[in-house]
Amino acid sequence: MSLQFNNEQMTEFKRLVARYPEGKQKSALLPVLHLAQDSFGGWLTTEAMDYVSVLLNIEPIEVYEVATFYSMYNLKPVGKFVFEVCQTGPCMISGSENIITYIQQQLGIKPGETTQDGIFTLKLVECLGACGYAPMMQVGKIYREHLTKEKVDAIIAEYRMQVAAKN
Amino acid sequence: MGVKLLLEKANVPGIRTYDVYRREGGYATAEKALKEMTIESIVEEVKKSGLRGRGGAGFPAGMKWSFIAKPEGVPRHLVCNADESEPGTFKDRYLMEFLPHLLLEGLLISSFALGSNDTYIYIRGEYAWVADILEEAIVEATKNGWLGKNILGTGFDCMIHVHRGAGAYICGEETALIESLEGKRGNPRIKPPFPAIQGLWMRPTVVNNVETLAAVVPIIKMGGDEYAKIGVGRSTGTKLISACGNINKPGVYEIDMTISVEDFIYSDEYCGGIANGKKLKACIPGGSSVPILPANLLLKTAKGETRYMNYESLSDGGFATGSMMGSGGFIILDEDQCIVKNTLTLARFYRHESCGQCSPCREGTGWMEKILQKIESGKGEVSDIDLLWDIQRKIEGNTICPLGDAAAWPVAAAIRHFRDEFEWHIHNRELSQTSNFGLQHYADPIHVPA
Amino acid sequence: MSEQTLFKVTVDNITIEVPAGTTILQAARQIGGAVAPPAMCYYSKLQGSGGKCRTCLVEVSKGSEKDPRPMPKLVASCRTTVMDGMEVKNITSEKVVDARAGIVEFLLLNHPLDCPICDQAGECHLQDLSFEHGKSSTRYEFQRRTFKKHDLGKHIQLHMTRCILCYRCVFTADQLTNKRAHGILDRGDHAEIATHIEKSLDNEFIGNVIDVCPVGALTDKTFRFKNRVWFLKPMDAHRDCPTCSGRVTLWNRGDEVYRVTARKDEWGEIEDTPDGKPGWICNTCRFDKKQTTDWVVEGPREISRHSVIAQGHYAGNIGTTKPTETFAAINDGRSPHLLMDIHSESEVNQPNLHLGENEGPSNGVTFNNNIKNA
Repeated sequence: MSLQFNNEQMTEFKRLVARYPEGKQKSALLPVLHLAQDSFGGWLTTEAMDYVSVLLNIEPIEVYEVATFYSMYNLKPVGKFVFEVCQTGPCMISGSENIITYIQQQLGIKPGETTQDGIFTLKLVECLGACGYAPMMQVGKIYREHLTKEKVDAIIAEYRMQVAAKN
Repeated sequence: MGVKLLLEKANVPGIRTYDVYRREGGYATAEKALKEMTIESIVEEVKKSGLRGRGGAGFPAGMKWSFIAKPEGVPRHLVCNADESEPGTFKDRYLMEFLPHLLLEGLLISSFALGSNDTYIYIRGEYAWVADILEEAIVEATKNGWLGKNILGTGFDCMIHVHRGAGAYICGEETALIESLEGKRGNPRIKPPFPAIQGLWMRPTVVNNVETLAAVVPIIKMGGDEYAKIGVGRSTGTKLISACGNINKPGVYEIDMTISVEDFIYSDEYCGGIANGKKLKACIPGGSSVPILPANLLLKTAKGETRYMNYESLSDGGFATGSMMGSGGFIILDEDQCIVKNTLTLARFYRHESCGQCSPCREGTGWMEKILQKIESGKGEVSDIDLLWDIQRKIEGNTICPLGDAAAWPVAAAIRHFRDEFEWHIHNRELSQTSNFGLQHYADPIHVPA
Repeated sequence: MSEQTLFKVTVDNITIEVPAGTTILQAARQIGGAVAPPAMCYYSKLQGSGGKCRTCLVEVSKGSEKDPRPMPKLVASCRTTVMDGMEVKNITSEKVVDARAGIVEFLLLNHPLDCPICDQAGECHLQDLSFEHGKSSTRYEFQRRTFKKHDLGKHIQLHMTRCILCYRCVFTADQLTNKRAHGILDRGDHAEIATHIEKSLDNEFIGNVIDVCPVGALTDKTFRFKNRVWFLKPMDAHRDCPTCSGRVTLWNRGDEVYRVTARKDEWGEIEDTPDGKPGWICNTCRFDKKQTTDWVVEGPREISRHSVIAQGHYAGNIGTTKPTETFAAINDGRSPHLLMDIHSESEVNQPNLHLGENEGPSNGVTFNNNIKNA
């Protein structure tokens, strides 16, 4: 198998599995899938899921069943930064629709799409538990809250800079 | 100022770290519990406190603990439900983010009382950075001897593990949470057996909400009887309310459940009134799944009595004229909000979050969303309202888990209290696309001077 | 056995005694008839099945002798065990009848209703359920959902649009095969049965998913579009099979074996073999033994005379009796109002001829010849 965790990722994998009793290693599936997604380019290929099934000694279908159930696992390629904008009740009340429209205009993509340069993906999601700080979106591990058009501009510029700095 | 038991120290700089938390008197209660108290006496104090589950259902925590089976040689588990996903609710996040050691202390005491050597915190996947904060706190607590083997020389071993979910509201339901913790799809189990008999890995398990477990600390510290004196009736102790929507000061507030809804909304200590000088239209007082109330029924009960922020008063009048305390997600809608639209976004949420296991929820949630979409976009007919009512009625109570009820109640309450707004949408197809029904169907009960 | 605790349970005013641990559904099935609630997902031979479809919901009007309080909600009778003195209302409960009609509507909401081209038609539990418990029309006016097609190999045909997500096939693969290759993917109203990557299901016992499927979602590819089940004669047969019990039902037309299934009881479940184990059959028996010479034929299989499959098959030869009352006799002397007397229009529908004696497909022209040759 060509795809593998590096040493550091393997150490993390072992730490995750060690949380559960002997023989209950399947319990580590959700955290290990997070690790695989973070390690292998932000989304889960079939190869990555099969690799996880081998590591945890379970059938591949058990991994597919779980990976397709939870909304945080990406089963298609995504951009470097995924804007997951909340659209549920409290955010809607606080104007999330305007923010979503604005992001679409600024990035030139529709929900579910990735910009041509592969930097941004826009995803509409349901309640992220930040209703008091609405409207908001999640980008990677971070919540971006109290969004305004100006803030969105600044966030987009910030990530563009990050990418430019790496190139 | 109301009594503060959980958030008392939330503003102390550095309280997130072990050193500051300890300096402020943290872990002293755990020490007292482990060294001076018996398992039975801890459970007894929690029972006496009258603490009710803070996750939404409000089931007495002490009673839940006493159901746990204790078969010889079978490990038991405590699982902390940190899968906070109910729209409008963000109190647990606040607690974990700012006071992680308070939760760990509560978990330690509770694990001791339940005999759980491996305790799990199931945190929603999106709260990734909060999981990091908890993991850091666990490392600190372990280093200082509060977790691990033979804690304080008592012979009690306890380890707390953080388990991140991956995006599924349904995992807040305790048996779905257990399935997810076992590395499976979050399909709720069919009960019985209940988790207290066969839960995680078929072992006896107690699942409690973050706030419930944190509240164990003040309960043990002050004694169950003292705790029960705070609040009113069966609404004992303090409750975290996460307030959001069109208010001046959204945020997490600790209340002692004797405050009136009106004071909570309009006082500067809490919500600070409706934002932008607008008028109050409606409120969903306990997280998106509880019935929405129009302003006139929110501030006063149907009998004309003042409504208070507690379990009994919020549910006064049943679903006909009352609502529920739920998870404490307090969502305020001002005069500019459209009830049809709001109901639609909630219906979409429940359709998206249905696990798809049982037919009424899998099929019914999507159907309701489509009809609401039709009405909202100006294509509805009056018969659609009756159809919606009938669909929600056929979902409610007929599903495996409470998600069906949670999806049905917001639709039912919206029709019950705002039928005229739905009809207005239907009769004014074009107008409804550009303007709002506003407060046409009742007068604003609060006169706010300009 | 004799020391077993027995509980008294009353279903729709009929009381029986059953061993402790029996579910309400199993107790009701022992009484039989309309008292038994319909079950689309529960399958007694599959551990863990049930509870999902909600068609078997019943009202418990008295919890038990000790605690007579009624249960607050309708309960899934397939997963609720009886208590001593329990009183259950099934079709005598308005709440149950109403809720069940709702469940049928939900199950049919996204169902394509493609019965005319569905191989399951005639033996479909969803057809029976809608006929007995549903309403005549739907109130759904939106587009029905569709799925990307998946190929499960040369034996099993998957029509996801017909699936009601009973999970029976998943339990079957889990409990009968050592490696489950298909499962439930995605969630909510997009959940589907699939393999994720195109993969054929090849395990020697995987064919049983066809028999457990209550609808036409999983059908026998070797039988696809070959015939309608009600034109076939089910015959019990067996062979000495090294893999399975070899006890099957052949579905014949003349001497030709159109398909092979396991033997099913009146609840549509696989029958037990004489040694008390479920009579699952292997793929070889199911898909590869299509000659009558492969089998020792035992005789016609008894089919409920209410089933469409029984139409015209066995009159006279397996002890069923033809009703003697005329329609007029049971209708207070009124003859049925006919739009058209088909017997005077067509030779095919002759009441004195048994369709079962007809050898092979025929039209109005060849019909009489075929009958005469039979």
